[in-house]
Amino acid sequence: MARFPFSAIVGQDEIKQALLIAAVDPSIGGVMVFGDRGTGKSTAARALAGLLPPIMAADGCPYGASKEDQARYPEVCGQGKLVKRPVPFVDMPLGATEDRVIGSLDLERALRSGEKAFEPGLLAKAHRGFLYIDEINLLEDHLVDLLLDVAASGENVVEREGLSVRHPAKFVLIGSGNPEEGELRPQLLDRFGLSVEVLSPRDIEVRIAIMRLVAENERDPESFAARWAAEDEAILKRVAKGKARLAKLEAGEDVLRDAAELCLAVGADGLRGELTLMRAARALAALDGAKKVTRKHLIAIAPSALRHRLRRDVLDETGSTTRITRAIAELFG
Amino acid sequence: MTPIGAGLPAAAADPLEDAVQAARLFALAPQVFKGMVLRGASPAREALVAALGEALPLRRLPGHVDDERLLGGIDLAASLSAGRPVRQTGLIEEARGGALIAGMAERMDGSIAGRLAQALDEGSAALVLLDDAVEAEEAPPTSLTERLAFHCDLSASRRWQGVALAPPAGALADVAPLDDAALGALAATAEALGVESLRALIHASETARGLAALAGREEAGKADLAGAAALVLAPRATRLPPQEAEAPPPEEPPPPPDGERDDQSDSEQQQQEPDLSEILVEAAKAAIPAGLLESLARGKAPRRASSSGTGQKRKAATRGKPLGARPGMPRGGHKLALIDSLRAAVPWQAVRRREQGGDADAPIIMRKEDLRIRRFEERAARVTIFAVDASGSAAAARLAEAKGAVELMLAQAYVTRSEVALVAFRGTSAELLLPPTRSLTRARRTLAELPGGGGTPLALGLNAAREVAEAVIAKGRSAALVILTDGRANVAADGSPGRPQAAADAEAAAKAIAARGIDALVVDISARPGPEGAALAQALGGQFLALPRADARMLQAAINAVQPSARAA
Repeated sequence: MARFPFSAIVGQDEIKQALLIAAVDPSIGGVMVFGDRGTGKSTAARALAGLLPPIMAADGCPYGASKEDQARYPEVCGQGKLVKRPVPFVDMPLGATEDRVIGSLDLERALRSGEKAFEPGLLAKAHRGFLYIDEINLLEDHLVDLLLDVAASGENVVEREGLSVRHPAKFVLIGSGNPEEGELRPQLLDRFGLSVEVLSPRDIEVRIAIMRLVAENERDPESFAARWAAEDEAILKRVAKGKARLAKLEAGEDVLRDAAELCLAVGADGLRGELTLMRAARALAALDGAKKVTRKHLIAIAPSALRHRLRRDVLDETGSTTRITRAIAELFG
Repeated sequence: MTPIGAGLPAAAADPLEDAVQAARLFALAPQVFKGMVLRGASPAREALVAALGEALPLRRLPGHVDDERLLGGIDLAASLSAGRPVRQTGLIEEARGGALIAGMAERMDGSIAGRLAQALDEGSAALVLLDDAVEAEEAPPTSLTERLAFHCDLSASRRWQGVALAPPAGALADVAPLDDAALGALAATAEALGVESLRALIHASETARGLAALAGREEAGKADLAGAAALVLAPRATRLPPQEAEAPPPEEPPPPPDGERDDQSDSEQQQQEPDLSEILVEAAKAAIPAGLLESLARGKAPRRASSSGTGQKRKAATRGKPLGARPGMPRGGHKLALIDSLRAAVPWQAVRRREQGGDADAPIIMRKEDLRIRRFEERAARVTIFAVDASGSAAAARLAEAKGAVELMLAQAYVTRSEVALVAFRGTSAELLLPPTRSLTRARRTLAELPGGGGTPLALGLNAAREVAEAVIAKGRSAALVILTDGRANVAADGSPGRPQAAADAEAAAKAIAARGIDALVVDISARPGPEGAALAQALGGQFLALPRADARMLQAAINAVQPSARAA
């Protein structure tokens, strides 16, 4: 099925912002999306992949190696010449086995010629792209651990069944889930860069607009996509420019101080919150085409960057988002 | 056929009629509607499946299907005997153009459901789920039911003869898209019924068009919209519509949409007929399944159930199941998974034979790394069931402490991987407010909504708690009861008032718990603890704690202190 155009997604600004930030700065460390079923979580994540500019990757390389990868991993990435290919988007099913995720013995070759060869798994496929896991909260913990580890290190190391392979696996992990069906352990949650809460739009007009757009897309996906192509193109340009800009942007002393104060005020544990907050603010500034990172960027991204890191006070009924906005209001007026 | 019945009483028709209509729609456009959930084993369901099979090829999906069979891949057995890789096509591929049908879908494995959900999203599969759930805890995976357009409950159907799907008179593609007024009416109806999922809304709008197609119309009319509301939205209702349908009516044109719609806003029509969304709400209301209606009327339905009333409890479906094998040595209590070990070794045979040279007499060369051990889901062990006295004699403050303690226990559950359930009793009834869960979000909401006041039906509360505990134990886990009450029962097991009978009933209920060997702890946090609490603890064979003026944290600490000494069931 054709992907739904990113720009045709009505509302859902926070998830769109988070995904674009992750696209600009993949080192942000993944996006966790919380929300009910049928709120368009998967649609948004899938749409993003369809939007991004193609990458140059080694021809025929199962890892989609870049030039740098070829230099770093000559034995697995080969020397094929670079060709254009779309940004990979891997939709990992809940029941995926460890073998399937990290890769395993290539059965076909083992059977045909008795050869011991590595068959890359989903991690390889997701290299330089996105790995999307719906209902990540229902995934086995050890798999989530593994995914986050690889996502953080950018490298997949396989030492099993007599295979010894090291291959690049840099990807943005996007997880989604409904907290009512079981929550992710806080340790794992903390490792996601951004987290987003998606609600079903309550406004009737918005809901009508969504129904209409979905129906149009189903009727004639091609002309629907064509109609939104220009807007998708504009977003794509923003992302590309943001990427180029990112390296030049540096958060000033004042913004760093703001970040530290905010983290302290909301009780976000650990340094990771501060780092992510800063990086995300920087990526947002880059995406906006701003000259420098300002408090405005920090405030815009703070809920996504900190929401999942607050120490839980179970007796406090206030939602995390409220606590953050309150702290922002107190600190920055 | 179409339930046009605006305002008709609920008991109008046999549920089979709606199901037949749903099946016709499904057969009309399997990719659009994705599938149906058929609940309740009955002759009606068999007849309907048979009739559906005439219109649409159905392929059975065995419950134990593995990834290779489902998605296709290398056929290991055939490959070995042929000496070259033999591919097999997966069931999803084989069923293309038709539908997969899964029996006992309430027992479906989460991993298979994940695969199927993906295939549904890609439009490469359509699905019929036969849901034979008996207990309220069981339900097919919501990840699937959410995606399927039609949920039909046939357990109450009395008909089974002469079930046939009349061929459609037109095609879905010939029906004009709904205009904004029609979409708005559906959206307002969904709102009134508390259906939040957009998927349901999209299914409803396609269903309206589908109903028009079945009848050979080129535009979806009022009746089609009403039918869609009844078929798609009603079974997903999470609340009863407000009496006077006050749903925000978007500017409402006369219902039958005129064909000249263009994509921009075509409004400026005035309304004089009864509001379209009111008609739809009525139609949907008439079609809400009886059981659901009852629980909705009592205000008990889960606020966000996304499937037919029982769906939200799906965690039960994944519990206590074997998880498949992992590499490892069979020691320290781990069992060897023989088949998986062999499977792991088989592909290597050619490699190893070559490496080892002429050692050809060994039928199969195993190495240490081939060994697989069986794993079971390590869930925990313990479910702490809180039975909370929410009666009038339990002061409001005490209820707050109990709530706080439950939340604290839950927060701990992250670490210990234990779960918490909550039973509350007051007035003349006891109910399970929170089935065993680790979800803080759900627990907090349920707790916030827990009202207080009324008599103390202690016996009912104990019985309800025991039932939960028994269900937990039946699933191979251990249960512990924490009962927060002052023990002053004044409502008997049959709901009638009167202290002596109430006390006798409570004692009997307590003894039943003791007889099952369930750990129990009675916590009396009333300001002046009396002898009743201690007596109750004795009858339960459990421990007693008097904690006047305990706050939530003290309570939690006390419970923790007591629990380790309790026997593991």
